Amino acid sequence: MRHHRVLRIVSKLLIPFIVLFALYVQFHGDFGPGGGFQAGVIFASAFILYGLIFGLENARKVAPPAVVTRLVAAGVLIFAGTGYAGLFGGGNFLDYGALRADPVAGQHLGIMVIEFGVGTTVAATMITIFFLFAGRER
Amino acid sequence: MADLSVHLPALQVVVPLVAAPLCLLAGRAGLAWIIAFAASAAATATAAALAYITIHNGTISYHMGGWPPPWGIEYVVDTANAVILLLVSAIATVVLAFSPASVAKEIRPGSQHLFYCMFVLCLTGLLGIAVTGDAFNVFVFLEISSLSSYALIAMGGQRKALTAAFQYLIMGTIGATFFLIGVGLLYIMTGTLNMADMQARIAGIQDSRTVVAAFAFITVGLALKAALFPLHLWLPNAYAFAPSAVSAFIAATATKVSLYVLLRFTFTIFGAKFAFLNLPLNWVLLVPAVIAMFAGSLSAIFQRDVKRMLAYSSVAQIGYITLAISLASSAGLSAALIHIFNHGLMKAALFCAMGCIFYRIGTTRIDDMAGLGRQMPWTMTAIVIGGLSLLGVPLTAGFISKWYLVQAALQADLWWLVILIALSSMLALVYIWRLVEAMYFKAPPPGLEGAREAPLSMLLPTLFLAGANIYFGLDTRLPVAMAENAATLLLRGQM
Amino acid sequence: MLQAILDHFNYWIAIFLMMIGFYTVVARGNLVKKLVGLNIFQTSVFLLYISMGKVIGGTAPILDDRFQIYSNPIPHVLILTAIVVGVATTALGLGLIVRIRESYGTIEEDELDLADGET
Repeated sequence: MRHHRVLRIVSKLLIPFIVLFALYVQFHGDFGPGGGFQAGVIFASAFILYGLIFGLENARKVAPPAVVTRLVAAGVLIFAGTGYAGLFGGGNFLDYGALRADPVAGQHLGIMVIEFGVGTTVAATMITIFFLFAGRER
Repeated sequence: MADLSVHLPALQVVVPLVAAPLCLLAGRAGLAWIIAFAASAAATATAAALAYITIHNGTISYHMGGWPPPWGIEYVVDTANAVILLLVSAIATVVLAFSPASVAKEIRPGSQHLFYCMFVLCLTGLLGIAVTGDAFNVFVFLEISSLSSYALIAMGGQRKALTAAFQYLIMGTIGATFFLIGVGLLYIMTGTLNMADMQARIAGIQDSRTVVAAFAFITVGLALKAALFPLHLWLPNAYAFAPSAVSAFIAATATKVSLYVLLRFTFTIFGAKFAFLNLPLNWVLLVPAVIAMFAGSLSAIFQRDVKRMLAYSSVAQIGYITLAISLASSAGLSAALIHIFNHGLMKAALFCAMGCIFYRIGTTRIDDMAGLGRQMPWTMTAIVIGGLSLLGVPLTAGFISKWYLVQAALQADLWWLVILIALSSMLALVYIWRLVEAMYFKAPPPGLEGAREAPLSMLLPTLFLAGANIYFGLDTRLPVAMAENAATLLLRGQM
Repeated sequence: MLQAILDHFNYWIAIFLMMIGFYTVVARGNLVKKLVGLNIFQTSVFLLYISMGKVIGGTAPILDDRFQIYSNPIPHVLILTAIVVGVATTALGLGLIVRIRESYGTIEEDELDLADGET
């Protein structure tokens, strides 16, 4: 793909917007349609596009597999950690209302953090899957 | 921070859930094992506490995220699922205690921490299925446990493990999707996913064809997951080619949990009257169950690989459990739950013993096991105890199961069932005898004379499981009390 | 009769796709095709759920003073979870297929059975 100038330039232009859109979907998720799952996949698609156009080696430099694998675990831990925080706040597991004195503020905070965890895991998982399949020796 | 004991139902699931990513982060087999073992030990303690509370104070309800049911996800623990939770988490703990040496031998060094990650994830799924009171949540946990078990089975050393895992993946996904269709149809009809709420709303619309269709989809889907004959085709290869620790864990727990869900849906949500009087569920379950008892045992007799033989024996044993369920009486349900518990103990002991043998001689073919009785006496003791328990010899846990099963059949005036049960137990005698004969009365094959006893770290858990088979054959109070209590609750349709 | 079919067209589509998928899983020997069939099978159930969430005359379930009737968002959320499960299943299945291909050199079921000595 190294010689396809159009592809390279267009994808270079597109990738920032894909990432931006992913962030929008991620953080707008508590007001409108969106959320961690969708945002994670969109975010990962930017990396996968990069990998497709500029080669697996370069993609691995941008997103080192060891880091990505850790992010998979980190996302789940963020999610579960928020759940535990609800416990320590005096509520039930995953009770975001207990995170702040004002339940509504707590709900806001809780869903943000939860969705961030979901997004992290989903994006990291999609990138990992791409790396694993693309990196297979023939 | 409030009293932790209120949060036990949630902790039951989320402690192993958190252990999974920690195992992944640990990166080393030893550390991952410590995390996994700690999590499963904590889960066992939680399950024991929950069992204690349910016996003494009745059903526990927990509202996830503080959202009251029917809007939020509710976790409900009564004696029926407390038994399952206890069985699953205890078996997981013992199998994990057994696993380090076995895993070090059978799994590639780089992926051993992933093995433990998948193992606790599978445990999370199975515990989640049992603890939840939300129909869709069951599907999610079912898939968590299934996906991780496909991955675990594929970690088996031989290449056939891959095809076995793929076959299981296809069959398992079809089963889970059938279940999903059923839940969807129920949601269309009732507008709720909470099991207790569903039960209340379904009472008035039982004549609806959609409800009947939902019931059919759910029953078939779960029968596939529980490997009820003739939907058991995925099971023999999956058990035979999985790593030893995985065989022991999955054989003892996975199908049992699916049977529990079947019980839950049939009795709590649809109600015994709907399933057994309006619809002929007793015959739908009884006939395959009886065929399973014979087909499973007969197939087991002709297997050359002992793990495969035990897998077919599982098919037969699932037949016994389903048979007990099909009687739809209090005695039948108790017998089913008792056998779920006891069969878990037997199969865990036997598969762990197979793990010990595989560790030493690198195969589980019956011809290669010749003469091992003298070389690995303790492992063989465990096999003999497990085998006797499988047969239902007095003083073993298996006898208690058979005793309650026969009583339930007699209570239903089905004396011919008693004869069939006795006959199929005779078949079990044949394959167990083949094993004993090879181990004690044949000379070891050339090249395998020098096999030694398995390391203590594997032997002790195996003997512990074998000992549990004896213990629960003598002191039956715990499983029997819980099963009888659960049977009453299920028949009354309470959660 | 025709009206009865048209009124429930979403169910017919779901059943049609379901049977296509199921048939593909059962009838095809190629593991990738089996997996594709499995995907179609699962997707049909997703459609069943999503279509049941539609309330006629209802709008997207975003709270706003101008609207009174909303579609039911719960089936969508459920299916989002089921889709993730489906993706995980597909990824795992494809992963297994890659490794089967590497160790057997084929992904045709009959050839795999031959290689394993099962006829």
